[in-house]
Amino acid sequence: MTKVGVGAGTGAGATLVTAADAPAPAVRLPRRRGVELALIVLAVLLCVYGYCAVGLAKHGTVPPGAAGYGAGLGVLALLAHLAVRLRAPCADPLLLPIAVLLNGIGLVLIYRLDLETPGDRAAPTQLVWSTLGVALFIVVVAALRDHRVLQRYAYVCVVAALALLALPILFPAVNGARIWIRIAGFSIQPGEFAKVLLAVFFAAYLAANRTALAYAGRKIWRLRRLQLPTGRVLGPIVAIWLLSVGVLVLERDLGTSLLFFGLFVVMLYVATGRTGWIAVGLLLASLGAVAVGRLEPHVHSRVEDWLHPFASIEAGQGANQLAQSLFSFAAGGVLGTGLGLGHSVLIGFAAKSDFILATAGEELGLAGLSALFLLYGLLVERGYRAGLSLRDPFGRLLATGLASIVGLQVFVIAGGVTGLIPLTGMAMPFLAQGGSSVVTNWAIVALLIRVSDSARRPHPEPSDHNHDHHDNDDDLGRPG
Amino acid sequence: MTRYIRRAAVFCALLLVALLVNAARVQVVRSDVYDDNPANRRASIARYAQPRGDILVGGAPVTGSRDTGEQLRYERTYRDGPLYAPVTGFASQMYGTTLLEHTGDDVLSGADPLLSPFPLWNDVTHGRPAGGDVVTTLNRRAQRAAYEGLDGRKGAVAAVEPATGRVLALVSSPSYDPAVLSGNDAGAERAWARLNGDPDRPMLNRAVRQTYPPGSTFKVVTAAAALDAGVIDDLDAATYSPAPYRLPGTTTALTNEGDGCADAPLRDAFEWSCNTVFAKLGVDTGLARMTRTAQAFGFNDVAVRIPFAVAPSTFDTSLDKAQLALSSIGQYNTRATPLQMAMVAAAVADGGRVRTPYLVERTTRKGGATVATAGSRPTRQAMQPSTARRLRELMEDVVREGTGTNAAIPGAVVGGKTGTAQHGIGNAGIPYAWFVSWAQGERDMEPKVAVAVVVEDGSAHRGEITGGGMAAPIARAVMEAVLDS
Repeated sequence: MTKVGVGAGTGAGATLVTAADAPAPAVRLPRRRGVELALIVLAVLLCVYGYCAVGLAKHGTVPPGAAGYGAGLGVLALLAHLAVRLRAPCADPLLLPIAVLLNGIGLVLIYRLDLETPGDRAAPTQLVWSTLGVALFIVVVAALRDHRVLQRYAYVCVVAALALLALPILFPAVNGARIWIRIAGFSIQPGEFAKVLLAVFFAAYLAANRTALAYAGRKIWRLRRLQLPTGRVLGPIVAIWLLSVGVLVLERDLGTSLLFFGLFVVMLYVATGRTGWIAVGLLLASLGAVAVGRLEPHVHSRVEDWLHPFASIEAGQGANQLAQSLFSFAAGGVLGTGLGLGHSVLIGFAAKSDFILATAGEELGLAGLSALFLLYGLLVERGYRAGLSLRDPFGRLLATGLASIVGLQVFVIAGGVTGLIPLTGMAMPFLAQGGSSVVTNWAIVALLIRVSDSARRPHPEPSDHNHDHHDNDDDLGRPG
Repeated sequence: MTRYIRRAAVFCALLLVALLVNAARVQVVRSDVYDDNPANRRASIARYAQPRGDILVGGAPVTGSRDTGEQLRYERTYRDGPLYAPVTGFASQMYGTTLLEHTGDDVLSGADPLLSPFPLWNDVTHGRPAGGDVVTTLNRRAQRAAYEGLDGRKGAVAAVEPATGRVLALVSSPSYDPAVLSGNDAGAERAWARLNGDPDRPMLNRAVRQTYPPGSTFKVVTAAAALDAGVIDDLDAATYSPAPYRLPGTTTALTNEGDGCADAPLRDAFEWSCNTVFAKLGVDTGLARMTRTAQAFGFNDVAVRIPFAVAPSTFDTSLDKAQLALSSIGQYNTRATPLQMAMVAAAVADGGRVRTPYLVERTTRKGGATVATAGSRPTRQAMQPSTARRLRELMEDVVREGTGTNAAIPGAVVGGKTGTAQHGIGNAGIPYAWFVSWAQGERDMEPKVAVAVVVEDGSAHRGEITGGGMAAPIARAVMEAVLDS
């Protein structure tokens, strides 16, 4: 892994140095598809081992499904690998193995929880959704030859995103949130897909208008850094963002609105380099959080739960989900109880979805949980690295946005279930039960593969140098 | 833009660090707080996740475990539940544990750190060793003889081995089957309500948790105090005791059940259980000597544990002479558990030494390796050995030709004392029939067993309630069972 990192690092450095003016030197980056294949095989073997561990712990035998799940996951991973090998041969070799491993661990954990809830067979469904996700991955990798094509469809994306976000309003609420639509027995969470589309739109819009956003506009404060761009430039994007957040508030999908907000702020900051955006963003976020926390009963109870997770116990009503989740993590300790030997099922109905991490925490311990966090960290880091290595602003923003989606989402949900921040219902990327989520995350990884392939190509096609020039003006501290 | 992407990446890294630090806080630093929360069901799940160890009587378990397949998986079962209930108590998923199930819980449930092969082993493996066994001192045949002797009548039997203090039998009647409380369902709830509402109080352990006025059986203690104090030198010399005896400082006259008690020597008075003689003897011995002797036998000791707590038997320490007179014949505030009276008989049998009674011989790991043994127990000298020798004589006379002939066992030396304890306001209650005794087989070097039996029977005619008639046959059956084993 270190080797790969170093290779990518030198590659990034090389492209950056050459980016400004000169044609690319003949530095051939190792493609490392063999490494990717080896890591994928390792990931699949780890998951098969997980199935066997669950079966041995629960029934003393290797579970009959182990071969099926292992083969299913293996075939999916190999097809994905084949698609990458053929269509994105220079892509970052870590992205796909991490996705396969996370998805596989998720299947093991859901399968493990299925054993505690007879009659509920979520793992096979999740495997079907994973198959769909990998299929989408293959389609994206195969069909999308250049990520810059997406720039043209920015407005299609934003319309689709808003439509998807608005769709669940027509459907009845489930567990207090109006974020699902049910079609033919399947529930879909359109908001999940919307976030990728929105990231594409943000990237495209900001890439096109970032000069205007950064340099034009009125000075409203004396500090130059807090200079507001003209309404004409800022207006549409703020409107889109407000619209999506507004819809989400209506639907009580707080996690996703928080995610969109974070995504918007991060991308705006990366595009313009104005620290003021961060300040304004944080200010607005805290104002919004306080207001919503005070006024909205659903949010208010979440905040109360976060501040006093044991209040319901003291009131004699038993442990709530968050308390049960904390019990789960605590029961895991450093090394965990072992797969199949925990009692995270006590959490109740969301154990397989929002609280899947509690099962990981209890049965794999702090060691396993840290490993999972580091896997996510690595995935996000590879995304940012792809962004750094690219030279077109759209690609850079897209990679940054996609990586930020994963990073923020992991933080919001993991922080929620471990009591670090108030809980907001969200799916742990790849790990949690939820079809829309798995499919979306495969799409994100597909886009990251595509972007990283462009970033690591030895002979880059010429890209718009004007934007790069601005880049270099911004990056004063960078050598070269 | 590079710089800002890097900063965004650094921001994500900070979030990652926050997650890791917080996870360490929850899973390591604060884990004990969460583990110990009463709403956390993991402790009970772990507790019932494996079969409980067994309580052994005569090498065979009287308990068992049943796999229910539920969340609280293993449930307690009992063999001869009512017979051993006063020893085992119950282990209920809803109502906790009592008696040996309670005091031996750490071993039985596998939580005792002594059960693990190495120190801290369980902390590392997150496992819990298999439940250990509790080996009792009970004699299977004596226990059954006592239970069948009581035959469902209200009462209790306690038997100990005089030379050691091992408890050989502990029976309370009417009894109950602890198995009905084991589960986690409505059945257990109903049984709990029924047992608690039963006027016969089947869950009351009458052998150790109920005190009775000991009546005439207390005369053993009075005689010991008087002999030790030198108030009586010659067992066959006439005592200056009138019949009826006017209680000092009152106009109340104390009478006897039979005749011939006036000035009767101690031997005759003990044989025929003369109230007047012993009431006066107590007064003559004095409160200080009486108190000292009673406490040496174990009265007023609030800390007796066998290992579960035994209700303290009482001898009032601030009495006027009339009260002392009544107390000396086992009435007024004098109360004793059947186990206490068995200890009194055992002290006579064992040269005046009182052994601390105990019920658990040893605890073992599953498979039999010993974890802990009963060890040596403190011994008290309740009376001089010479006094004990003379009391043995008196008690043997009672069985040979006095009120306790029903307890005689051919081929064995048996000593006993009957008691018919009046109680209630104006002695209106149905009296309790007592019998305390000890027995030594022909080939035995020392007495093998001391027994106390109490029968509180509301169905018998008042006149038929005597220690010799109702309680002595039960005591004999228990003693025979021990001598034969």
